Amino acid sequence: MNRREFLASAAAVTTATALPLPWSVAFAQSRSETLLFVSENGPNNLDIHGVGTNRPGYEASWNCYDRLMSYGVKTLPDGSLSYDKDTLVPEMATEWTVAADAITFKLRQDAVFHDGTPVTAHDVKWSFDRAVTVGGFPTFQMKAGSLMEPGQFEVVDDFTFKVKILRPDSLLMPDLAVIVPAIFNSKLVKANATEADPWGLEYTKNTPAGSGAFKVEKWTPGTEVVYVRNEDWKCGPLPQLKKVIWRTIPSAGNRRALIERGDVDLSFDLPAKDVLEMAKAGKVKVASTPISNGMWSVELNVTQPPFDNKLVRQAIAYALPYGKIMDAVMYGRAKPLYGAASNVADSMEWPRPTAYTTDVEKAKALLAEAGYADGFETVISFDLGQALISEPTAVLVQESLAAIGIRSTINKVPGANWRGEIAKKTMPFMINFFSGWLDYPEYFFFWCYHGQNAVFNTMSYQNPDLDAIIDAARAAAAAGDTATYETKIKEMITLGYEEVPRIPLFQPSLEVAMQPTIDGYTYWFHRQLDYRGLKKA
Amino acid sequence: MLRHLGQRLLTTIPTLVGVVVVTFLLTRILPGDPAAFFAGPTADPAAVEQIRVTLGLDKSLPEQFVAYVGDLLVGDLGVALSTGQPVVAEIAARLPASAELTLFGLILSVAVAVPLGILAAVRQGSWIDHLCRLLTTAGVSLPVFFTGLLFVYVFYFLLGVAPAPLGRIDLFASPPPHVTGFYLIDSLIAGDLETFRASFAQLILPGITLALFALAPIARMTRASMLSVLSSEFIRTARASGLAPGTVIVRYAFRNAMLPVITTLGMVFSFLLGANVLVEKVFAWPGIGSFAVEALIQSDYAPVQGFVLTMAILYVLLNLLIDLLYGLIDPRMRIEG
Amino acid sequence: MKTLDTASDTTGAASSLPAAAPRQRPSGFKAGLSHLGHVAGENPVTGFAFALFALIVLTALFGPMLAPYDPLATDTAAALQPPSALHWFGTDQVGRDIFSRVLVATRLDLTIAVASVALVFVMGGLVGIAAGYYGGWTDRIVGRISDTIMAFPLFVLAMGIVAALGNTVTNIVIATAIVNFPLYQRIARAEANVRRNAGFVQAARLTGNSEARILLTQILPNIMPIMMVQMSLTMGYAILNAAGLSFIGLGVTPPTAEWGIMVAEGAAFIISGEWWIALFPGLALMIAVFCFNLVGDGLRDLIDPQRRT
Repeated sequence: MNRREFLASAAAVTTATALPLPWSVAFAQSRSETLLFVSENGPNNLDIHGVGTNRPGYEASWNCYDRLMSYGVKTLPDGSLSYDKDTLVPEMATEWTVAADAITFKLRQDAVFHDGTPVTAHDVKWSFDRAVTVGGFPTFQMKAGSLMEPGQFEVVDDFTFKVKILRPDSLLMPDLAVIVPAIFNSKLVKANATEADPWGLEYTKNTPAGSGAFKVEKWTPGTEVVYVRNEDWKCGPLPQLKKVIWRTIPSAGNRRALIERGDVDLSFDLPAKDVLEMAKAGKVKVASTPISNGMWSVELNVTQPPFDNKLVRQAIAYALPYGKIMDAVMYGRAKPLYGAASNVADSMEWPRPTAYTTDVEKAKALLAEAGYADGFETVISFDLGQALISEPTAVLVQESLAAIGIRSTINKVPGANWRGEIAKKTMPFMINFFSGWLDYPEYFFFWCYHGQNAVFNTMSYQNPDLDAIIDAARAAAAAGDTATYETKIKEMITLGYEEVPRIPLFQPSLEVAMQPTIDGYTYWFHRQLDYRGLKKA
Repeated sequence: MLRHLGQRLLTTIPTLVGVVVVTFLLTRILPGDPAAFFAGPTADPAAVEQIRVTLGLDKSLPEQFVAYVGDLLVGDLGVALSTGQPVVAEIAARLPASAELTLFGLILSVAVAVPLGILAAVRQGSWIDHLCRLLTTAGVSLPVFFTGLLFVYVFYFLLGVAPAPLGRIDLFASPPPHVTGFYLIDSLIAGDLETFRASFAQLILPGITLALFALAPIARMTRASMLSVLSSEFIRTARASGLAPGTVIVRYAFRNAMLPVITTLGMVFSFLLGANVLVEKVFAWPGIGSFAVEALIQSDYAPVQGFVLTMAILYVLLNLLIDLLYGLIDPRMRIEG
Repeated sequence: MKTLDTASDTTGAASSLPAAAPRQRPSGFKAGLSHLGHVAGENPVTGFAFALFALIVLTALFGPMLAPYDPLATDTAAALQPPSALHWFGTDQVGRDIFSRVLVATRLDLTIAVASVALVFVMGGLVGIAAGYYGGWTDRIVGRISDTIMAFPLFVLAMGIVAALGNTVTNIVIATAIVNFPLYQRIARAEANVRRNAGFVQAARLTGNSEARILLTQILPNIMPIMMVQMSLTMGYAILNAAGLSFIGLGVTPPTAEWGIMVAEGAAFIISGEWWIALFPGLALMIAVFCFNLVGDGLRDLIDPQRRT
C-alpha cells in the first residue's frame, strides 16, 4: 500500500467519525524513515562557493558533497557527540602522506557522483581550483589554510592527488576538512557553465553536483528542502534516514510548539530558555554543546575616546552585569567567561574566563582615575538578527552603565546592515558574537585582535606587542614547537584580557531539541546539522 | 466600453511610473549594504567590493535606475539574494499562496460581515446594532500578529484541533498538480479530496486571523449603505405597497446597497494583501508578503521592487475591475463614462 | 476628466458616501456640548467610549506618577513572574514590572497616535482642500500623488520608510502619516469640492475675501467635523501600525515602554506559557484602539446621525 492509498483509507475511516484530523493520524508509516526538522532560516544557495551563500546553505553543501577528509567524532563527558578537531578521518581520500613540501592523497576508486560519473583526482583539482579562484568567502577560507593558488593542486594520476605546501601552516590540514574544499562533478558543472559564469556557479546554486550521502530532491527556497539518501554513497556507512525534510519556520514560538507536540522530529538552534524548559518537561530530548571557539562579548572601539583609555575599558569590564545576563538572558545555559582568579592564563583552556566581576565600586574608582568621574555618553549597538540574546543583554548593560554614570542609548542594527556597520568600524560600543570554524585560540586572536584589523576586530585594536605574540604563536604551531606555542598562547590571552578592548561575557551553546526516537546527533564546528549519523527508531 | 477601458488604463500609467521611481529611491536609501551582507562572514573589503561590482552596485544611481528600467521592460525583475532565485519566478510561485489566503479571508469576512451589517441596519439602534459595532471594532483592535500567535497557542498547542502552522499543506501530503496555483481549486480539479481537506485545514487559522481584520470596514459599509437605501423613496413605496419585509430588504434594498459595498471590498482586498505580511510570517505561509518583509530587512532590493510593483499592478487591475462592475451593476455610470 | 473623478471616487467612497448633499452645519460650542450629552445619553456605547477616552488621556497625563515601579528598572531575580499582588501584570524577561510599563507607555502611544493624525491632517487635509477647491491641475497632480501612495501595499511602504530613515518615534509618526495621506486628501478634496460654490462661499467671495482666506476661514471650518471623525479612526490605526513595525524589529528602541514593542517582545513567550507579557500590553493596545474607533463613530453621530456607518 503506498502512501496515497494509505491516506485514502485513513480518511475513509475518519470521515465516518466526527471531524477528520488527517494531519494527526495519517502519516505514521512513512515517518519512520523520514526525518522532519525545522529551523529559522533556509538556504539561499546550495553551493558554498556561491556568491553570498548563507549559513543554512553550508548545511546543504555539507550533506550533498564529500571532501578528502573529515573530522572524527568523539563522545563528550556529558554523553553527547561532537566532532573531534584533533582527528582527521578519510572521506574521499583513503589515505594520505604528509611530506615537508606536499601532501599526497590516495582517492577511493569506487566512488561515483550522483549522476553515476566516477570521482577522480581531476574533479578534486578542478574543485580546489574553483575554490581558490571564485573569490569571496570560499577563497578566503582556503587562504586561512595557506591554500591560495591553482598551481598548488596537482593530479598525479586518476586516483592520486597532491597539494603542494606554499608555507608551513598548522591550519592547512584542518582547513582541508571544512565545508569549502568539497568535491564537485567537474564534467557536469563544466557542461552547464557559461562564458559569463565559467565555474558554473549558477548551476550548482540550484543543483548540487556532488557525490555526498544525500541528494536534493526538491528545494522550495524560503520554505523547504527535501533530500533523499544517495544509495550509492561510498565514503561512509549508508545513513539510516531515507529522506530528510527541512522546513523553514520563522516564528520561534511555532518551532517550539511543533517539537513539543511531536509534529516534527528535530528543531535546530533553539533559544536557551525553550531548551531549558523542554528538558525539564522531559517530553523531548535536548542536546546542548558549547560552541567551540565562540563567545559573546562587549566590544569597545579603541579609536573612539574614551575607549582608547585602558582604565575606562576596565571600568566597564567591572561594571557589566554578568550574573544578571547569565540568569535572565541565558537561563544559566552558557559557560561564564568572567570571575576567574586572575587574568593571567595558566592553561590552554579556550575560551577561558577573565578575572572581571560585577564590582560597581571598583568600576567607579577606575573611571574616576581615568578622569571620567562624571561618566560620559555612548551608544550601545547590536545586531537585530541576534535580538533574542543581544536585546535583553543591551537593556541590562545599559542599566549597569548608568550606575557608574555612563549614559547610553541603544541602537538596533538590522541584520543586513550589521556586517556593513562593523566593517565601517565607527560604532563605539557593541554587543556581539564571534566564533571561528577552526578551533584554535590564535585563530580567534588573529581575526579579532590582530593589528591587520580584520572586519572582526570590531574594536580596531592595534597593539604591536600583541601582534608579535600572535605571529609567534602561529609560527610555533607551524613548526610543531609545542612548548613555545603554549607559552605564546598564554601570553596572548593574558595581554588581551588585561587590555580588554573586547570584554568576554559567556560562551553559548548550540541547542537542539529532538524526539526521543532520534539518535546520533553530532555537534559540528560549522554549527549546522549533519544528517548522515542521525538515526530514527 | 473598450475605449473607456483603454482610457482608464492610460490614466494608471503615471501611477505605475510613480511606484517604480519611489520604490527604486526608497530601496536605495535603505541603510544596508547588500554587498557586505552577502560577501560572507570573513570577507575583506576587496571581497565586498568584488560583490558590489557583481551586483552592479558600484554604478551611480541614475545608471542603476536606467539598468533597472531596462530590465523591467523585458520582464526581468532581478534575482532575490535571500533565496537565490529570479524574482519573477519567486513571485509567480508565491502569489497564488498569498492570493488564496487573502481571498479565503475575504470570503470568510464577507460571509459574516454582510449579514451582520444588514441586521444592524434593519435593527438600527437596537442592541444588535451595538453588538455588531462592538464585535467588528474589536476585530480591528488587535495587532494581527498577536491574534495569529494566540490562535496557534490555543487551537494548535493547547487544544490540538488545528493543524501545525507549517504553511499551505501538511508535510507528508504533496501539493496538487499545478493548474491555478490555488491548492483548494487545484485539488478539486484533480479530484483529490484528501489534499483539499488538508489544505483547507491549513487555511482556517490564518484565514480567520485575516478575516477578523476585514470585518469592520465591510460590516460598517453594508450597514451605512443599507441605511441610506432603506430610507429612500422607492423602499418606502415598496413597503407601502405591502411587500413582505424580507423581500423588501433582500430583493430591493440589498441589491441597491451593493455598490458601495463592492467598492469597499476592493479596498479591503488590497489592504489585506498588504496586511497579510505579518500573518504569513506567523503561519510560515510561503506567500509574497513574508518574502518581501525578509527582503526589506536584508536590503535585498530586487524582491522589494518586484513585490511593490506586483502589488501596484494588482491594485490597478482591481480598481479597473471594480469600475467595470460598477458599469454592469449601475447603468447610469456607464452612460456617464 | 470624468474618468479621473470616478477613479478617486471608487477609492474615496468608504468615508464619503455618494449623494451626500452639501449641508450647512450648526456651529457653536454650547450647542455641540449639549448635543454630545444627548448623543451619549442616547447611545450607551458612545457614552462609554467617551468616558474611556477621558480615562486614557488621564492615564497618559498622570501614568508616570501612578506607576508603582520604575518602568525601566530591571530585577532579574524577579524575572518572568506571573501576575501577583506585588506585580499586578507580572514581570518580563529582565524583571521589569509590566503594570508600570503599560501605564507609562500610554503617553508615548497616545503621542504617536495624536502626532501622526495631526501631521496627516495638516498634510492631507490642506492639500486636499486646495485640490478640491481649485480643481484643475492642482487637483490632478495631488490626485496622482495619492494614487501612487495608494498603489503601494501600505504596511510595506511604512516599513520601507522606517527602514530607510531609521527607527525612531519621529520616523514612525512620519511613515504612518504618509501612509494615511491619500485617505485624508480624498475626504478633504471631496468635501471642499462640493462646497466651492456653496452660498456661503459665494457670499464670502462677493464681500471681497481672497481665495486663500476663503479656503481657511470658510471651507476649512466646515469640513473640520468630518476630518475629526477620520482622525479618531486613524489614531487606532497609527498605534497598530507601530505595533506591527515593532514585531518585525522596526519599532521604537528598547528599553522604551511602548505597547506594540511590549506585545512583540511578549509574543516570543506565548508558547512557553508566559502569556502575561504580551497579554496586558495587548489588552491596553486593544482598549485604546477600540476606544478611538468608537469615539470616531460617536463623533460621526454627533455631526450627522444620518451618515453614521
